[in-house]
Amino acid sequence: MEKFSKITSTIVPMQIENVDTDQIIPARFLKATSRDGFGENLFRDWRYDENGNPIKDFVLNDSRYDGLILVAGKNFGCGSSREHAAWAIHDYGFRVVVSSYFADIFKNNSLNNGVLPVQVSEEFLNGFFENPETEVTVDLESQKIYNSATGESELFDINPYKKYCLLNGYDDIDYLVSMKDEIEAFEKNR
Amino acid sequence: MSKTLFDKIWDSHVVKSIPEGPDVLYIDRHFIHEVTSPQAFSGLEKRGLPLFRPDKIVATADHNVPTKNQHLPISDALSRLQVEKLTENCRKFGVELYGLNHPYQGIVHVIGPELGITQPGMTIVCGDSHTSTHGAFGAVAFGIGTSEVEQVFATQCILQPKPLRMRITVNGKLVKGVQAKDVILYIISQISASGGNGYFVEYAGSTFSDMSMEERMTVCNMSIEMGARGGLIAPDEKTFDYIKGREFAPSGKELDEAIASWRELNTDPDATFDKEYHFDAVDIGPMITYGTNPGMGMQINNNIPSLEELDPSEKSGFTKSLSYMDLKAGEKLIGKPVNYVFIGSCTNARIEDLRAAAEIVRGKRKADHVTAFIIPGSKQVEKQAFEEGLDKIFTEAGFELRQPGCSACLGMNEDKIPKGEYCVSTSNRNFEGRQGPGARTMLASPLTAALTAIEGKISDIRDYI
Ligand code: SF4
Repeated sequence: MEKFSKITSTIVPMQIENVDTDQIIPARFLKATSRDGFGENLFRDWRYDENGNPIKDFVLNDSRYDGLILVAGKNFGCGSSREHAAWAIHDYGFRVVVSSYFADIFKNNSLNNGVLPVQVSEEFLNGFFENPETEVTVDLESQKIYNSATGESELFDINPYKKYCLLNGYDDIDYLVSMKDEIEAFEKNR
Repeated sequence: MSKTLFDKIWDSHVVKSIPEGPDVLYIDRHFIHEVTSPQAFSGLEKRGLPLFRPDKIVATADHNVPTKNQHLPISDALSRLQVEKLTENCRKFGVELYGLNHPYQGIVHVIGPELGITQPGMTIVCGDSHTSTHGAFGAVAFGIGTSEVEQVFATQCILQPKPLRMRITVNGKLVKGVQAKDVILYIISQISASGGNGYFVEYAGSTFSDMSMEERMTVCNMSIEMGARGGLIAPDEKTFDYIKGREFAPSGKELDEAIASWRELNTDPDATFDKEYHFDAVDIGPMITYGTNPGMGMQINNNIPSLEELDPSEKSGFTKSLSYMDLKAGEKLIGKPVNYVFIGSCTNARIEDLRAAAEIVRGKRKADHVTAFIIPGSKQVEKQAFEEGLDKIFTEAGFELRQPGCSACLGMNEDKIPKGEYCVSTSNRNFEGRQGPGARTMLASPLTAALTAIEGKISDIRDYI
């Protein structure tokens, strides 16, 4: 996994709540057997009409907005456990998703794929929607997110273990494999 | 110290707690299917790791499979490739596979319990969010992502932060015609599609203990639709009776010992929960959803909420959702014509669901404009339905009984609801496009779905029985 430390970028503001994983990547695009290429179909049915033409007023098609940071309404990533949602977001080029709440499975999935979910307060989130052309800095080391338009910053939570992994580019499997002896001992003692 | 059932199971599976980090949780059973496993297998290969405990994994093909002519090669090339990849991976890594045309094939959450693989006290995972279904047996069961599937492949463990505990108590007898599906849709409508975020739910109270195992599975199945990690119900005699005699259940002395230990699986009387809800069974009627998340549900004879009834913060999402559904705030749904009815999915495609639907349908004929199809949850359910003659009842009524799979629950195969059409569905998700691009899903019980097909419009089961 790539290392993650600090990102400064413009944002893509998507003021929609309860964005579920069926919207992030519709089921009909889950037929691949590799992890690549899902970005093409990220938010497919909001992004393109049935003839494959871009839908103008959807934010990913709005040339004013671009960047590594997706900002979305509350309860982002609810619904299915498909990790394809995190792959699609990563493959499209996002490295951070900001919301005021994340669904649990999505949060785990994105952390496992080098996408940082940053949970902020409702007020802080609204600061982005009110200034969609702002530049934002996310610093994992100090767990701080800064909105240059309002000049405000907020601390965000991240599990210290996950933070360590992201900063160093480790993933969970590396860690678990290093525990093999303990796992075998656990099996014996049950 | 007093403990909840959830704590007892979880804690006894912790190999190690990482300080300020997640727990290393040992997994007893791992179910896999064709859609969320290929990248995990290839990840494992890329790292040069062996599959740690192949005998703890069971595989089936369900999400992507056709529900007609399953004996023929799958016509969609990508679907075929995914199913073939699963077969190839299972062969290569020594995993038991109940693939297409195997007598045990079916939706992963239907076959686990019916084969006796799902047992009380276990930790169970699958790369599918409705793994919560298995909680009906008093197991800690939850859905995981593909990276986590790979973790379990490599080490039989996953790293998981421990969720908070919630208890939802429902007491009393259900009104005639009200099913387990209505109970869970009611609960979700009360606490919202995100009300369970961060929690693991225990369902308690007489309403659940009165339920059959299959009904309990319907309830636990939809725990994830309120955002909860999973949901479980303490095992009891019904649980043990259900498991007894099944293919992979323990037997003889082993079973007696197992049952003795399963009896210990309950929440201590003075254990505390982080959150509690109480509901009364008498308040629950047949339910239907009108929006695009499972929390947007109401009693079937109510009106869709008007805008004034809503919190200002909810209005924009609500309006967007209703416009997708082509419904109006304040509108009533009873009497609304519907062209599609889908009875299937891991929520409601077990034999009791098919029997309930058959009771309504028997000797009647579906409305001419309705396309009604029934997808049994597994090969075994299908076989049982034939043995009981349910197939005839359905066929005579103009319903189509097809072969097992996830089908129109998620529309990955060719079973899709056409754009703009309403579908009364016994599945678990009414998200935009879930049953096909532009499809408009209304979630309901098998009784309500069957009745809707006969009447050709949304109808209240209480007026008919
Ligand atoms: S039936 Fe639907 S919800 Fe159940 S496992 Fe299949 S796709 Fe998932």
